[in-house]
Amino acid sequence: MDALFTQMFLGALFFGAITAAVPLLLAGLGEQMSEKAGVLNIGIEGMMIAGAYFGFLTAYQAESIWLGFIGGAAAGLAVALVMALLCVRLGLNQIVIGIGLTLGLEGLTALLHHIQFSRTYPRLPAPQILEIPLLADIPVIGPALFKHHPMVYLSVALVFVMIFLYRRTQFGLNLQAAGDKPAALDVAGVDVATTRTVAVLATGALAGIGGAYLANVGAGLFVPFITNGAGFLGIVLAMLARGRPMWVLFGALLFGVSLALTTALQVAGINIPTDVIQMIPFLAVIVMLVVFGRRSSLPAALGIPYQRGER
Amino acid sequence: MTAGSPNSSADSSIAEPIVTLSGVTKRFPGVVANDDIDMAIRPGEVHVLLGENGAGKSTLIGLLSGLIAPDEGTIAIDGRATQIASPRHALALGIGTVFQHTMLVPTLTVAENLLLGEPWWRRPRKESLQRRIEDLSKSLGIEIDLDALAADLSLGEQQQVEILRALSRNSRVLILDESTSMLTPEGIEELGDLMRQLVKRGLAVVFITHKLKEAAAFGDRISVLKLGRKVGEISPDRFRSLDHDQLIAEFVEMMFGKRSGDPEDVVRSPHPELRDRQPLLSVSGLTLAPARGNPGLNDIAFDVRPGEILGIAGIDGNGQTQLARVLAGQQRADGGDIRFDGKPVTDWPVHARRDAGLRYLTDDRLGEGTVGSFPVSINLLLKQIGDPPFWRNGIEQTAAIDAHARDLIRQYDVRTPSEHTPIGRLSGGNIQKALLARELAEGAKAVIFNKPTYGLDLANTLATRSRIGDVAQSGKAVLLISTDLDELLALSDRIAVLSAGRIVGTVDNEPGARNAVGRLMGGLAA
Repeated sequence: MDALFTQMFLGALFFGAITAAVPLLLAGLGEQMSEKAGVLNIGIEGMMIAGAYFGFLTAYQAESIWLGFIGGAAAGLAVALVMALLCVRLGLNQIVIGIGLTLGLEGLTALLHHIQFSRTYPRLPAPQILEIPLLADIPVIGPALFKHHPMVYLSVALVFVMIFLYRRTQFGLNLQAAGDKPAALDVAGVDVATTRTVAVLATGALAGIGGAYLANVGAGLFVPFITNGAGFLGIVLAMLARGRPMWVLFGALLFGVSLALTTALQVAGINIPTDVIQMIPFLAVIVMLVVFGRRSSLPAALGIPYQRGER
Repeated sequence: MTAGSPNSSADSSIAEPIVTLSGVTKRFPGVVANDDIDMAIRPGEVHVLLGENGAGKSTLIGLLSGLIAPDEGTIAIDGRATQIASPRHALALGIGTVFQHTMLVPTLTVAENLLLGEPWWRRPRKESLQRRIEDLSKSLGIEIDLDALAADLSLGEQQQVEILRALSRNSRVLILDESTSMLTPEGIEELGDLMRQLVKRGLAVVFITHKLKEAAAFGDRISVLKLGRKVGEISPDRFRSLDHDQLIAEFVEMMFGKRSGDPEDVVRSPHPELRDRQPLLSVSGLTLAPARGNPGLNDIAFDVRPGEILGIAGIDGNGQTQLARVLAGQQRADGGDIRFDGKPVTDWPVHARRDAGLRYLTDDRLGEGTVGSFPVSINLLLKQIGDPPFWRNGIEQTAAIDAHARDLIRQYDVRTPSEHTPIGRLSGGNIQKALLARELAEGAKAVIFNKPTYGLDLANTLATRSRIGDVAQSGKAVLLISTDLDELLALSDRIAVLSAGRIVGTVDNEPGARNAVGRLMGGLAA
């Protein structure tokens, strides 16, 4: 009985941790790219909720989870386009615009959902699962880690794509220069606004996919405010990771575990009010900031719009 | 300058200009930064742009490098009128600029910095870069570690990287904006040699400076700017026909009207009697752990006697600001003793030190020196807010504050519309006068000046220097921290050289001190 209990508990914990970690990972990787380029993308929460809503809507109408991801990415991209226009091209305050976009889209998606579905919450069919042969047969961790939707594996692969992008490509250099010393990039003949715009758009697409995953795979339905701070956690992850994609992955897994404790503790039959358990990730943020936050060094020009000729 | 056309056609027999400015005007709110400027930049010449702060040099650079666009007039490249739309366009036209403030990304390596601006879809090709740069740097005698982080290079090395970058992009015109302001005397010599080599290869070099000696030493053609206008030009033929002193005299004539001789060429008269006095400020074993961006302090020891000026020389960022902050009490030392006026003040807070007569004039005038939006009157009392007689029981005594302000404004010749004007609206020179007034006010016994003339124009520089001389004359001890060797030689009794947070030598200011200090500065900076 004891052994069964542990196994079930661990299985549910790990499985849930991965499912919860993927949206955070996507948001964190996206935010990291914006921040590298010098844009503090507070609007990422809004991009995620837009991705969740339109991703769900697309998947529901088209009856395809994959089209749902495309719809989510497109919605995130559209929000990011507004952000890039206002904050990068026009140089408006990134924090104010970011908060505005987030609050606006939370309200808008809730309203649209209410108009369309009233108070019903239609469910999507369970997503297809890709079992990794052999690895999935390992007891306990096998099913927990290697029986997931393909998007899970793609997001982990994205970590390595990002590492390659930052370390080995010209575009990676441009991103870092745009964040650390935009004037230097400008006089080197690269347009700062374009570089930053590309970064913000990529953030939007990734956040949108993250939101769509949250709704379509994680929950299987859309409820208003479903992202519940996942985008903000992405910002925290990006800040703590200091430009390193691998750290975003570790951070996302850590938060994933604390999110999954909710379900796992219920499986284990330990009765703690869910409100308390839902606090865990945010407590984890505070603990992580206290422990690591002091050493986090951010790009010098983070949050500062670039204006040519201003010195 | 319209009468210059026959003259310029005579010049053009030498070489066709690459860049020609005609009637270029640029206005900013409230100022005409460039007023109807005509100028031709020719290959094979070092064209010196000489002018004080506010003469319009930086604006002109901005126009040439594509950062700003002219309001009137045309810029012609190879005889064809061209609008330089962006820095990228300027580079494509063959105009490379080394800006006054370094334009390298500190967190990238030298190689990565040089690769910035390549097409984004391409993989960074370090190997081919290495070959290209090696050829170039070898022929110029520059040695650069491509894998070093830009932030770890000295300012001189950063400048060399930027010059290499401009050259590796096949620039035909190289603009050097105030490039010598942060260099050691040796570094300046090296830069001069480099410029000579470049013009020999047929490049056009535009060298911006406000130092007359550098203009005379490095130039072929000189254009003098004053308050946005071009007030004179010396052609290469004429330049060669004049000797050094005649050139300096001519520059001064053009820049300042009637004065003659280099006004910065002052030598402090010796004060041998100072030796016998008891030190007023003595420091021993002062240490501070290194931190981000500064080397800390390492076993600093010196004495300053009443009436004496001790100069602290060294290249910026070798611990000068930390030393000043520790002495003023704004930062705690990790070890060592500070004695002031016979009392150990090491653990005293800022306020107590100030009350005892130890004053600090910061180099960060707008940051920590003043509150820009506060009126001049309050800024003159910024370090005494809440103290009687200007505040009683926490209530501002407006009449007393204003009277005090008017008094100091008159005494120190602060040019301000009124004592209620926000101090941030005043020019740098007048803000400095207000700070002088505040720190020298009643009870000062020793004054620490941190780069007191940094960023000021010549008139204000000279005024500030004579004020510092007066302070010492009146029997106060002066610690003068400066990166300007001429300034230190003009004012100090002794000069200590600070390098990497350590005093590497102290020199009496007598003939030969220039060389001695220069060697000390260069020996460890290289």
